Amino acid sequence: MSATVTAGRARHVNVWSVIARTFLYSFLVCLGVVVIYPLIWMALSGVKDNAQIFGDPFALPVHWSWNNYVQAWNQGVRGYVTVSVLVTVASAICTVLISAWTAFGLTRTRMPAKPLVIAIVLGGLMLSPTVAIIPLVKMLQALGLYNTYWALIILYTAFRVPFTTFLIRAYMLDLPGDIDEAATMDGASEGQIFWRITLPLCRPIIISCVILHVLFAWNEYLFAMVFTSGSDVQTLPVGLTSIMATHGTNYAVVFAAMTISALPIVIVFFAAQRYFIRGLSEGIGK
Amino acid sequence: MESGAVVRGAARPQRPRSLRARFGNLLSFRWAAIALILIGWFVYYPIVDNFIVSTTDQDIYTGEVTNVGLANYDRLLHDPIVLVALWNNCLYAIISVVFQVFGAFLLAAIIEDLRSERWRRLWRAIYFVPSAISITVTGLLFYFIYQPQIGLLDAALSRVGLSQLVMPWLGSEHTAIYAIIAMSQWQGFGYSTLLFAIAIQKIPRDLYDAATMDGAGSLRRLWSITFPLTREMTGLMIIVTIAGAFQVFNEVMVMTAGGPNNSSQVLGTWLYQKAFIEDNFGYGSAIAAVIFVLTMLTGAAQLWYTKRRRVQL
Repeated sequence: MSATVTAGRARHVNVWSVIARTFLYSFLVCLGVVVIYPLIWMALSGVKDNAQIFGDPFALPVHWSWNNYVQAWNQGVRGYVTVSVLVTVASAICTVLISAWTAFGLTRTRMPAKPLVIAIVLGGLMLSPTVAIIPLVKMLQALGLYNTYWALIILYTAFRVPFTTFLIRAYMLDLPGDIDEAATMDGASEGQIFWRITLPLCRPIIISCVILHVLFAWNEYLFAMVFTSGSDVQTLPVGLTSIMATHGTNYAVVFAAMTISALPIVIVFFAAQRYFIRGLSEGIGK
Repeated sequence: MESGAVVRGAARPQRPRSLRARFGNLLSFRWAAIALILIGWFVYYPIVDNFIVSTTDQDIYTGEVTNVGLANYDRLLHDPIVLVALWNNCLYAIISVVFQVFGAFLLAAIIEDLRSERWRRLWRAIYFVPSAISITVTGLLFYFIYQPQIGLLDAALSRVGLSQLVMPWLGSEHTAIYAIIAMSQWQGFGYSTLLFAIAIQKIPRDLYDAATMDGAGSLRRLWSITFPLTREMTGLMIIVTIAGAFQVFNEVMVMTAGGPNNSSQVLGTWLYQKAFIEDNFGYGSAIAAVIFVLTMLTGAAQLWYTKRRRVQL
């Protein structure tokens, strides 16, 4: 008797849960299409010709011509990619090294007034680039750094050190201290401990920080737009708007340039997803 | 670290702190020196300088700087576009909180409720993809999508029989800011979904198992376990999202640059227009000061909240 009741109830629940589940799955799929389709459209429009772009936007390309991609690459994108890679790599190295260095000082040394230093460094998290932009223009002009890579490398580093230090410090706090205790006993200096012991132990969070920084620096727009004007020092995001301005009528080339600029970062994200999520997770969890 | 210090203290006799030890302590400032100089010089000092610049007026032709006191702020109060911009920033904040906080929370809960870890990972990754891409690319992409001649949106609308809705979305004063905000939701919701998913993963599984044993369905588990246990995250996300909404700049700049007829200006683009197009640094700095005050308010709210709730982002 009680067995039949249970079975009846279970079937009843099952019908509803199947309907709910189907509904949820179709919702997830629709949302996925809304997210991915525009990106596929962008990549495909890059292989169409202009006549086709002005035709049915949903149509697949008739002749796959990679010519637009080649043209985009040769007419500026190559230079923008070079600058973007340079600025991203240089600022990632500076940011992570300075942040790890600072985090070590904050967790492993007998530095006085640590709470004050922490407050100053982390307070930088709250200050936005928009507010600083006008004084920074005057300052970098005075320093002669205006319209150079250095402007971007320095600013990306300065504005990302607070967040990166915060992440690495949280990780170092969780590292066991006995290894560097032992190293101190053996006469190792603080510098040796940092380079030989702590930094290698922090490798997972360092990789996460590098990924997060690459994502930021590759995509940054405000500083890149305000501080560079010559095409030889412009990064991809700014370069794209220049291409848009000069090739405005040749849409296919612009689509190709946009795809070239988006592709590396999407690949980096999928390749390093694990580290990326760890970084975010560390950032939230403490 | 703390326990290590205790062990060391116990193992070695306490030595009186000599002058050398104190000097050694001061020397360990070298670890923070680069970061402090860099942040002080390029992050803090410009904020202070911004207030100084905002009380001046520079002649475009002669370059002569005169002190005008609070005149720039007075002008700000009588600038109708500042009101438009402020309202657009508020719209941005409200709509983003709805979609990128509450919408993303629901979506994360749905995803994390899926049985297969492979599918969970796949959905999280797919929704995140737009956040990985530069805002210039997505901004330009949607500039094309909204375009009447070649765009996807109007083509899709005519195809499903809604051709009366077809319009130049970015070219109309009534729709431009909404079109930009919609793009921003498209780009950003996957990021906050990922953050919520991480927060949900930190909830102990046995809570759910126990609730299921007691006969709680998915909705009941969502309401009684997932929601209360991610409330701290939700509160924080609301603050962070609002702070972001008052600093928005890139997507507006790329898609409309504030037009048509200043209808989609936000504080950030109005600052850019005044300072860099019209070369009025003084007035631009006054607008920057407004953004500063607004972000400080949200920052204070965040500090207060994390102190109270013991979470950080």
